[in-house]
Amino acid sequence: MAVAKLEREAAEANEMLPRMARVAQVRKETYDTFTLALESAGGEPFPGFAPGQFSMLYVFGNGELPISISGDPEDHGRLLYTVRSVGKTTQALVSSQPGDGIGTRGPYGSHWPLKVARGKDVLIVAGGIGLAPLRPAIHYILRHRADYNRLIILYGARSPRDLIFRKQLEDWGRLPDTQVLTTVDYGGLSWTGHVGVVTGLFRNVRLQPFHTVAMICGPEIMMRYVIWEMEARGMPPGDLYLSLERNMKCGIGFCGHCQYGPNFICKDGPIFPYHEVRSWFGRYEL
Amino acid sequence: MGAALSGASRGFEESAMTLDNLVNTLFEHPFLQGFAPEHIDKLAAMASEVCFRKSELIFREGDESSFFYLLLSGKVALETNMPGRTLRIVTLGTGEELGWSSMTAHHSKQFQARSLEETRALAFDGVRLQHACDEDCRLGYTLMRAMLRVVAQRLQSTRLQLVDLYSPLSAQVG
Amino acid sequence: MVSNLPAMGTPFVLPAAGLAQIFPSLQRRGYQVVGPAVRGSAIVYDLLNGFDELPAGWTAEQEAGSYRLKRRNDGALFGYAVGAQGWKRFLYPAEARVFEAQRNGRAFRILNDATPPPRYAFVGMRACELAAMAIQDRVLLGEQYSETIYQARRHGVFLVAVNCTVSAPTCFCGSMHTGPPAQAGFDLALTELVDAQRHVFLVEAGTRQGAEVLAELEAKEADATVRQDAEKAIQAAMAQSQRRLRTTGIREMLYGAFEHPHWDEVAARCLACGNCTMVCPTCFCTTVEDTSRVDGSQAQRWRKWDSCFTQNFSYIHGGSVRMSIKARYRQWLVHKLAAWIDQFGSSGCVGCGRCITWCPAGIDMTQEVAALWEQPSAAPPADLRRVP
Repeated sequence: MAVAKLEREAAEANEMLPRMARVAQVRKETYDTFTLALESAGGEPFPGFAPGQFSMLYVFGNGELPISISGDPEDHGRLLYTVRSVGKTTQALVSSQPGDGIGTRGPYGSHWPLKVARGKDVLIVAGGIGLAPLRPAIHYILRHRADYNRLIILYGARSPRDLIFRKQLEDWGRLPDTQVLTTVDYGGLSWTGHVGVVTGLFRNVRLQPFHTVAMICGPEIMMRYVIWEMEARGMPPGDLYLSLERNMKCGIGFCGHCQYGPNFICKDGPIFPYHEVRSWFGRYEL
Repeated sequence: MGAALSGASRGFEESAMTLDNLVNTLFEHPFLQGFAPEHIDKLAAMASEVCFRKSELIFREGDESSFFYLLLSGKVALETNMPGRTLRIVTLGTGEELGWSSMTAHHSKQFQARSLEETRALAFDGVRLQHACDEDCRLGYTLMRAMLRVVAQRLQSTRLQLVDLYSPLSAQVG
Repeated sequence: MVSNLPAMGTPFVLPAAGLAQIFPSLQRRGYQVVGPAVRGSAIVYDLLNGFDELPAGWTAEQEAGSYRLKRRNDGALFGYAVGAQGWKRFLYPAEARVFEAQRNGRAFRILNDATPPPRYAFVGMRACELAAMAIQDRVLLGEQYSETIYQARRHGVFLVAVNCTVSAPTCFCGSMHTGPPAQAGFDLALTELVDAQRHVFLVEAGTRQGAEVLAELEAKEADATVRQDAEKAIQAAMAQSQRRLRTTGIREMLYGAFEHPHWDEVAARCLACGNCTMVCPTCFCTTVEDTSRVDGSQAQRWRKWDSCFTQNFSYIHGGSVRMSIKARYRQWLVHKLAAWIDQFGSSGCVGCGRCITWCPAGIDMTQEVAALWEQPSAAPPADLRRVP
């Protein structure tokens, strides 16, 4: 009996063992991007997560990947993950059906600075699927709207068919004290919105440096130019937060893959205040 | 409805602004930041207020249009036509400029410009602008520097758009 | 069993032959003994059945890219420096199954693996190896999460340390402050004294378990002469020419040397074979492989050693971040000697010199670092706005 208890404790303490979850819904966002809604299969509710955190999702016999949680942190019954199909494991994830079992580990990692941003303007700048890890922050801000000043969302994608959460962006744009600007690299005749790089949207924003916290997520090159633009407009580096990405095998700081200078993206990140990674950011082949 | 002028420009109306208003509007336009008051006055004398309707074509590919516009409100898209589709490659709005190529030797447009919503602008005849620069070198220098800023920023943005940075396979270029 | 245990830290003396008793003593306690042995043309650490498997009378000549077994002119059991690999392959196996899972309809369940972990006794740990193990403890046994495979094997391992009385030209434990004498962390520590007149071991216990085992050996309290001889023997190891690595300020120097031209110079020689990471006693990078049976009924997750030198170590979004060998060598060196300090509070290098011996291109990390020190990057950062 004592041995069984020790074994159970050992199993519980083994953070490399996935917890069982079940696919509740798979929702198509674009031609290659889908949002999975997972429910806990073990009877116990999921542990809560903070906006910006990620889980390691395991497809039986296929592989495991870090995926940012993209849903409302106050929805305790389901965890949402927005996945772009680019390889064998992401393809398996987006092709799963309601009822399928998926393993989860986590949530892991650092989170968006929602406390620090209280009382200030929040500027959210997203590129491509980078809007997904930011959506939980937007949910949180909208649920605690009085705690924040203006909410500004700048979002860019390659083309109109690559935009995710389009309906939500429109809904958010109609809310008071909320400005949502969306742009694409190129569009067709049915696109009457902005066309151009995300940095071009800044000319439509009245930025208040020192009274704004910026949360940025997208391809690294996009984040570089966005940061450049914001610094040129007087934003102090300590008020810019970015979400970085590297190869991960364990998510808990043991496999060594996600190192970024002295930082482990899985435990020191993925969210960093820019001034902490400034001397590393943009270094070629870091 | 405006009278048609030579070239492909349409939609001109008689100026509804007083000269004072015009000067103030110019002062406030980001393109003219740093221009001396006497230069603003010279430009005001050359400016025409124009208005384009929603979906109106401002100029077409190949047009010899030589107008340079300072956009006051609304939105304009630059478009290019391909077999089977038309692509919008950049939108320009309030506080921006359209038609910088009218200040270069070759005027024919490489893209077409369409007003996406009702757009108000101040239009300048490129040929007149160039003459004014030839006569007043200080104005010319200031104007060219401002143009360079515009072109540099457009080039920068275009380069970023070219990189296809949202693609996950951007590394596999070969 | 004597009722009074030998006091910890008190040196005892034991004839060499008497050390043989340590094997049954450890085996009786359920340990599998691991120690040095000659296997092929190298001294490696392996499971040992008996005392006679120890490499009596053997030593190894080591230099950059070269390792040769050589016969000694005495019967010393530990008359060599470090072997090809450290002890990490026992505590942190090169391949280990993390879990096995079975399909359960459209879900699956993780099968509980009730296999108890092996209990090891390491005989012949060098001071640098003890330090390396302490470093891996800091990496793998965290406040929030622990690497469970390492934890299970690490917990309860019995450590018999050996104070080095010889060092190899590739050693630089002096620079890294990790040896030659084993300071702490052992259950028992031995110092071998061998000459024409005698072959004895000075033994001291570092823990209660060590004292219990010591009590079963026929050891007598050591007199001052033997103690002094042991000190001298250890100092002789220290005095033997060792390589040097300048460590003061190395973190800032390496962080600032990101664009140093010397990296290209090393990259021209480095084959990215990853030998250095395999033999390094502190390297800990692993990868995870998820496999399943062809019929899809069962799946396994395996954890395997990985190396930052492989091309797809840093693979993300269709490409690798570190494509060039230059970037990968730089990553390894800067991590080992600089970033490790920020991550885990100490250097990642213990000065064992294995990476120098076992590099097929003979790259000597101490020389590469010296080259970086000699010409610290004088060029200002390319983007002056980014101040390191």
